[in-house]
Amino acid sequence: MEKTINQKAWFLVLPVLVLVAFSAVIPLMTVVNYSVQDTFGQNQFFWAGLEWFDEMLHSERMWDALGRQLMFSAIILTIQIPLGVFVALNMPKSGFWSSFCLVVMSLPLLIPWNVVGTIWQIFGRVDIGLLGYSLDALGISYNYTQNTFAAWVTIIIMDVWHWTSLVALLAFAGLKSIPDAYYQAAKIDQASRWAIFRYIELPKMMGVLMIAILLRFMDSFMIYTEPFVVTGGGPGNATTLLSIDLVKMALGQFDLGPAAAFSIMYYLVILLISWVFYTVMINLDKREG
Amino acid sequence: MSDATAHPVSQTTSQPKKRLKIKVSVVVMTLYLLFLMLPIYWLLNMSLKTNTEVLNEFTLWPRNLTFANYATILTDPAWYSGYINSIIYVVMNTVISLTVALPAAYAFSRYRFMGDSHLFFWLLTNRMAPPAVFALPFFQLYSSVGLFDTHIAVALAHCLFNVPLAVWILEGFMRGVPKEIDETAYIDGYSFGRFFVKIFMPLIASGIGVAAFFCFMFSWVELLLSRTLTTVDAKPISAIMTRTQGAAGIDWGVLAAAGVLTIVPGALVIYFVRNYIAKGFALGRV
Repeated sequence: MEKTINQKAWFLVLPVLVLVAFSAVIPLMTVVNYSVQDTFGQNQFFWAGLEWFDEMLHSERMWDALGRQLMFSAIILTIQIPLGVFVALNMPKSGFWSSFCLVVMSLPLLIPWNVVGTIWQIFGRVDIGLLGYSLDALGISYNYTQNTFAAWVTIIIMDVWHWTSLVALLAFAGLKSIPDAYYQAAKIDQASRWAIFRYIELPKMMGVLMIAILLRFMDSFMIYTEPFVVTGGGPGNATTLLSIDLVKMALGQFDLGPAAAFSIMYYLVILLISWVFYTVMINLDKREG
Repeated sequence: MSDATAHPVSQTTSQPKKRLKIKVSVVVMTLYLLFLMLPIYWLLNMSLKTNTEVLNEFTLWPRNLTFANYATILTDPAWYSGYINSIIYVVMNTVISLTVALPAAYAFSRYRFMGDSHLFFWLLTNRMAPPAVFALPFFQLYSSVGLFDTHIAVALAHCLFNVPLAVWILEGFMRGVPKEIDETAYIDGYSFGRFFVKIFMPLIASGIGVAAFFCFMFSWVELLLSRTLTTVDAKPISAIMTRTQGAAGIDWGVLAAAGVLTIVPGALVIYFVRNYIAKGFALGRV
């Protein structure tokens, strides 16, 4: 759609601007403020320059957490995106069963995140959980509170359970927007199932899939509540992801300076990666439109 | 559908192959839905057992069906006030988010103005901000203005990610409304305000519904900020649940019942927007 140039439109955007400035810019400035100062308590601060950033950049703790976080996000994306697309391809296209699948699939998305954690904490327990009990009965040793591998498997399956439906719903919305004529043309050409997917469905889904990847990346990168409830970051530090580590540092130990420096770098990493996704997405939009 | 008449013909020609394919997708969907429902079923199952049965026997369904766990929650103010608090700030947040997002989304969908694309991306960056980064500053900000432990504090804090999301979704829906409608209304002598409320909003009613649903959802599921900003008066149900876990000897039955009750509001609202969920998740861009 052609848009007219109208500077007065700023007035319409103003409320959003004021509100978001209050709830985002002011707190963010607080963080920046802390990141360059040091304190001995009693609200006396003095300039510390980039000391905290330097310290955090050389701290093994942060690099370890970042490594775990990147691994977590990478595993999540490689499982959820293909699985979500696969589920979407198998969903009934219309009628009662389509609505039924949509409602059931959305259910995990609407459960409070700590309840998701609680569900899996219970589900995985060897004594009272179905999953843990069954695995134990099969003779597989599984204990997510003591075994690093089991803890990782648990939080990954939990996230797959929680969020794959989002990818599937998005892919499904993309699939439904493909006109029937495309499939009829493919049928005339006797295209194989794979060819239909590769040359019709996948390109048409690309736009929504980028949104899915963007959302899943952002959310998996800031995940806090679910793994915190299930493993509490343990065993040891095995599942201490970035947010868990940050909250521990800021609210637990009250190390304001390092925590603030950590926050800023954390935010910048997300921003950078998301900006790349966003630019790709906008360009895809333009090419289609 | 236009190919309804062509369907029976193609089915008779390739019947065996087609039937097999349908079966595969049914199996896939059944397995997937089963995978989704099992943990929820297990929670429901536990919520209907007594604590002794939970701990002493391993049963696939409750042998001594009891609603005592639910009764505990629904009669104890310490428990059910959590639900009320959660619902209050979630509704507040949804109203605030939509009120400010509607005009902004209209501006983005209709006009070009200085810095519009930058502003749009900046809004999105707030959706990317990790709540963990904001927890401490929010705590200090709201304490300093005397809003700590109030519903409005949580509602405003959740605007951080809900307002950008609402703007995005509404903008996507508004783009689908032809501009000629606006112009005709202005020629007919409608003022902007009257046009917006009387003509434009009914046109994007489904979009508003979807945006409201998403604001509701993300405010409902969030824990970190709402827990940090409240202590007693506005404490959400999810925070109450985490506290009881620390007590000596967890009452699994009550915990499970509380969990089941948090799923109910979501399940209810989902039913109303089921046909628009997918479009909403695509931020109105399908």
